[in-house]
Amino acid sequence: MSRVQCLVLSGNGTNCERETAHACTQAGADRVDVVPIWDLLAGQHQLDAYNFLCLPGGFLDGDDLGAAKAMAWRLTMARTPSGQSIAEQLARFVTEPRLVLGICNGFQLMAKLGLIPNPSPIDGGDAQGKAAMTHEGHEPAPQQQVTIWANDSGRFEDRWVRLTFDQDSPCIFTKGIEDMWLPIRHGEGKVIYRGSQEEAFVTDNHLIPLRYADPQTGSPTEIYPANPNGSPGGTAGLCDPTGRLFGLMPHPEAFHDATNHPAWTSLGLKGRGDGLALFDNAVSWLKRNG
Amino acid sequence: MAHRIEVRLRPGVRDPLGAKVARAAATHLGFQDLAVSTVEVYVVDGDLTSNQLEQFAKGPLSDPIVQRPVIDESAALLDPDAPHARPFDWLVEVGYRPGVTDNTGRTATEALDLLLGHEGPKVYSARQYLLSGTLTETDAQRLASELLANDLIQTTVILSRDALARRGRITALVPKVIETARIQVERIDLERSDSDLIDLSRTRVLALNVDEMKTIAAHFRNPSVQADREPFGLDARITDVELECLAQTWSEHCKHKIFNAIIEYEDRSGEKKTIESIFDTYIKAATKEVRRSLADRDYCLSVFNDNAGVIEFTKDWSLVFKVETHNSPSALDPYGGALTGIVGVNRDPFGTGMGARLLFNTDIFCLAPPKQHSDLPPRLLQPIRVLEGVREGVEHGGNKSGIPTVNGAVVFDERYLGKPLVYCGTGGIMPSRIAGKPSHEKAARPGDHVIMVGGRIGKDGIHGATFSSEQLHEGSPATAVQIGDPITQKRMFDMLLLARDEGLYHSITDNGAGGLSSSVGEMAQQSGGVDLDLAKAPLKYSSLQPWEILVSESQERMTLAVPSEKMERLRSLAQRYQVELSDLGTFDASGWFTVRYEGDVVARLDMDFLHDGLPAMRLRGKAAAVSGQDPALEDRDPNRTLITMMGRLNVASKEYWIRQYDHEVGGGSVVKPLMGRDQQAPSDAAVIRPVLGRPEAVVVSNGLCPRYSDIDAGAMAAAALDEAVRNAVCVGADPDRLAALDNFCWPDPVEGPDNPDGAHKLAQLIEANEALYNLCVAYGIPLISGKDSMKNDYRAGDVKISVPPTLLVSVVGRMLDAAKAVTSDAKKPGDSVFVVGTTLRELGGSEYLAAMDEIGASVPRVRPKEHQACYRAIHQAIDRGLIRSCHDCSDGGLAVALAETALGGQLGMDIDLRSVPQQGEQNEVSLLYAESTGRFVLTAAPDAERELADLFEGLPFSRIGTTRSKPRFLITGLAGASVVDLDLDAVGAAWRTTLNL
Repeated sequence: MSRVQCLVLSGNGTNCERETAHACTQAGADRVDVVPIWDLLAGQHQLDAYNFLCLPGGFLDGDDLGAAKAMAWRLTMARTPSGQSIAEQLARFVTEPRLVLGICNGFQLMAKLGLIPNPSPIDGGDAQGKAAMTHEGHEPAPQQQVTIWANDSGRFEDRWVRLTFDQDSPCIFTKGIEDMWLPIRHGEGKVIYRGSQEEAFVTDNHLIPLRYADPQTGSPTEIYPANPNGSPGGTAGLCDPTGRLFGLMPHPEAFHDATNHPAWTSLGLKGRGDGLALFDNAVSWLKRNG
Repeated sequence: MAHRIEVRLRPGVRDPLGAKVARAAATHLGFQDLAVSTVEVYVVDGDLTSNQLEQFAKGPLSDPIVQRPVIDESAALLDPDAPHARPFDWLVEVGYRPGVTDNTGRTATEALDLLLGHEGPKVYSARQYLLSGTLTETDAQRLASELLANDLIQTTVILSRDALARRGRITALVPKVIETARIQVERIDLERSDSDLIDLSRTRVLALNVDEMKTIAAHFRNPSVQADREPFGLDARITDVELECLAQTWSEHCKHKIFNAIIEYEDRSGEKKTIESIFDTYIKAATKEVRRSLADRDYCLSVFNDNAGVIEFTKDWSLVFKVETHNSPSALDPYGGALTGIVGVNRDPFGTGMGARLLFNTDIFCLAPPKQHSDLPPRLLQPIRVLEGVREGVEHGGNKSGIPTVNGAVVFDERYLGKPLVYCGTGGIMPSRIAGKPSHEKAARPGDHVIMVGGRIGKDGIHGATFSSEQLHEGSPATAVQIGDPITQKRMFDMLLLARDEGLYHSITDNGAGGLSSSVGEMAQQSGGVDLDLAKAPLKYSSLQPWEILVSESQERMTLAVPSEKMERLRSLAQRYQVELSDLGTFDASGWFTVRYEGDVVARLDMDFLHDGLPAMRLRGKAAAVSGQDPALEDRDPNRTLITMMGRLNVASKEYWIRQYDHEVGGGSVVKPLMGRDQQAPSDAAVIRPVLGRPEAVVVSNGLCPRYSDIDAGAMAAAALDEAVRNAVCVGADPDRLAALDNFCWPDPVEGPDNPDGAHKLAQLIEANEALYNLCVAYGIPLISGKDSMKNDYRAGDVKISVPPTLLVSVVGRMLDAAKAVTSDAKKPGDSVFVVGTTLRELGGSEYLAAMDEIGASVPRVRPKEHQACYRAIHQAIDRGLIRSCHDCSDGGLAVALAETALGGQLGMDIDLRSVPQQGEQNEVSLLYAESTGRFVLTAAPDAERELADLFEGLPFSRIGTTRSKPRFLITGLAGASVVDLDLDAVGAAWRTTLNL
């Protein structure tokens, strides 16, 4: 069995690193380090030393240029003092049997870095800003294939939503999970594809592991507020075809204890929170395959 | 030359921001059928190659999937609307005035630096609104000034489509501060007449009165003072730096002059006495008395002598809590004022002891009802705009800082039109010991460096401390308004927590009101003096005078006392975490507050004079007789009355606010603001686990009932404390382990020609304090921190609007096991419904009478003995798991509490008023809508009734009905006949929609 070494990236506006680290620990990760982004940029920590990267929720750079936009740019451009490209570290990380989980702002970051749904470019087409995004590394630069855009309501919202899971998705994190309530807390959560090619790629490969569902029927929904942002088909998250890279808008780490649920006093919930199941899946997969 | 990059949405992409603006234009200003689309604008203040510009535009500034940037062209003209969209008629571009914090611009500047690989030109942000609809130029101007921009901090460009087409594009204008002032220190002769002294105070916004000005003049007249000054090149004249420093230190905001005044007081019965300091006599005395009786159970660690109060949470953790107001800035710019309010109060717990990690925010707003006023006095904003601005400011400040907004309240009253009250509170937690020492203690030592950390200094916030110490008027300074920057602050906090744990500093405090003058001044008291050079402070732009640097309230700054040997480590941490740090001087034990500019002494003030030289104010308080009568109570249509009451602004669901605040970031949330099966049940208090994986929880609640002041300010104060305590008890807090914060917002209580009833308002303040003292001592609750804001009046010509005397009491409590928490929603059909507490015919100041435009006379009173016994019994019941729901009766009385319990659980109810514990003459109206304190609605399983009855033996407690699965809300009256018979949906309709803005 492999050791599960988890890096939770923090700083510059992240704000869920503590509970994300807590969830990883609860799931049995052997080592959980909350690493400030600045330490990564300073070369004090290397992604290579870990096999589970968590990108937690927050407001990176205040989401000033769009959700996680400025941080995606920073990670693309930045180099450590010894000249190592962070983007290269990341590109290397995702090609190996390692896991990446992006939650909320972390999902937005993954989308804007081009890590999901497909970290390898689909074609050599006209990636916007490609000139800047290309680096001299060995791995081809990922291209942005989806974006996460402002909620139809124009509002940030915090509410718990019901989610339904695709049993045929390759997603490692959601294996065996059928139904779950989790909180969403975002102003930008609507998934928009670059084009029909990307959308087909996602649907054909079951890369939408979870969708917003009607609270009564449990079927995917586009109707507000059960679907908080107007995401097509109720898309609440995306993974890559290997199922190792996964980003989602809802916050599984925010349901680490039964008492996090808004109706725990009426439903009589006790003990662990359902959200830990995603972390359990990640940890047990890494123990077997990492 | 400067360049403009404009970013527009690709055709077919939905513009939710534009749609939101269009909705607001319709609801706020009545512009129907307006379509709005938005364009983001970036102005680059420098030359870039066209390749660099393109990389910048297509890289960080735009999203390739939904946006399209253009460079030095007009996106509005070149990027045609999608075929189905209407072309725009008017363009309104909103940018910031020079020097105003531009967070987006700062982030864009950092992104450009990354592209260039070095520090490049600055980038400024703006936003265009493209308006389509039948609008005149006046309409466009009105939308710009009343919805899209605030003239105090923003500039607008308004162009018709034709005008833009003629110009081709908007020329890049850089909102850079270009003012270059010669640095000079003014020397001011204070040997002048009283009226000249007052003029000086007024023109410089010093907010000092004539006695205070004369005290300063006398000090500088003293030959020995003059002799002390001479070697430093100073003469008998005061420097502007010294005068501003004194005005700030002596401001009402910082010195609480009214709370410390000597007052000749005559109470309602005509009895006279002298009160030396309300603060000492009531607030501090209450805490002292409570701590004495708690003896070895005393959980207070640091009260009244730091930025926030500190109590023991567990053996290993200390809890820090502070509530502030930010009323005056919020009146001028609601968004910036509230944003700065929340990120500002965050720095209080962070600057308490060695620094606390922030745990929760709690926000309470007192606002005017959101209706349009056709004839607003100058400088006032429409209430809907204040409401939205304040709401959004707290949203951005709280959410972006990653601090959950766990609890709050909104109170509406017409009298908050002149000044809205914006209370922002923050709690934090710190290990009880850090580096082997109690974390709540700190002291700068002689030889420590004066280190300023965080943001740079600009003119923003100059005179905030003195400005808030006077009433709002037409000439209130615009520089007092500023915009907070949560991300810069968060970077600083992240870094400082590491520095704290490494023991890199001896003391820390925040730069809030009064800026460096206040923070360094306070820390210098710890060491005994300081020598500071203002020229070493990093500035946003170069044109600041030394006095401005000293008193500027630019945000996101902390001051540290750092020993020399830790400097290198601190510098390297700061550099790595991209936090600016500057070494401004040295703390010493000289007894002097010495300020230099490039080495020259520009201020030299005796520390004793600076901090203790302020003469006590002498005031008169005289209670005026209040005459009121209780109106007759009769209700011909109880069903309609209930529906109406549920839809009153002060009763209706606050879901609209709550949803837009992140109330669970941090992962410790146990009781959120809305709970229950449908996430609709309003919670009485918040429950949060500060340490994940541990069972202990913090309980946070608030109480305020300003309308009761119209009858009796003492009853108001007692009811506010009682409400906060009840709320905490409802969820499961131990009533014998609470701590409270008092936060007074008063109309000016200083008698004067402009303020003829000042003596009455001062008497009201004394009544409120007496009542607060009495109840704190009776309940055994220490006051651990507080705040007062004493000038909540607006004046323009003959128009004067004063807030009602308002006391907010915020309570923190503890639960040892969070899993025992109880929420307000009914849980199961067939459960028994109980009432705890006695209902009296107390409708004075109630929401019911307010609905009838009456005030009444019989204001609710607190009966501490009976209440306390009930609170302890409830706590026992919760501890034993006997209660399924518990909800406080406050605004709207028993009727509202019952209805909310039913609505929260989506269950029907069958209630019999004859069983309600009651005293005195009653009818259905008084039983349903009286606001008697000390009351709760509980539900419990039928088999728990016996054990509950035993617990409540001898106390007002009885079963009044049953919950039902059928969603019908039924109330039987005193004569045994049905008085309310409604579908649950009907009960909740207005409650849900009234405030869904």
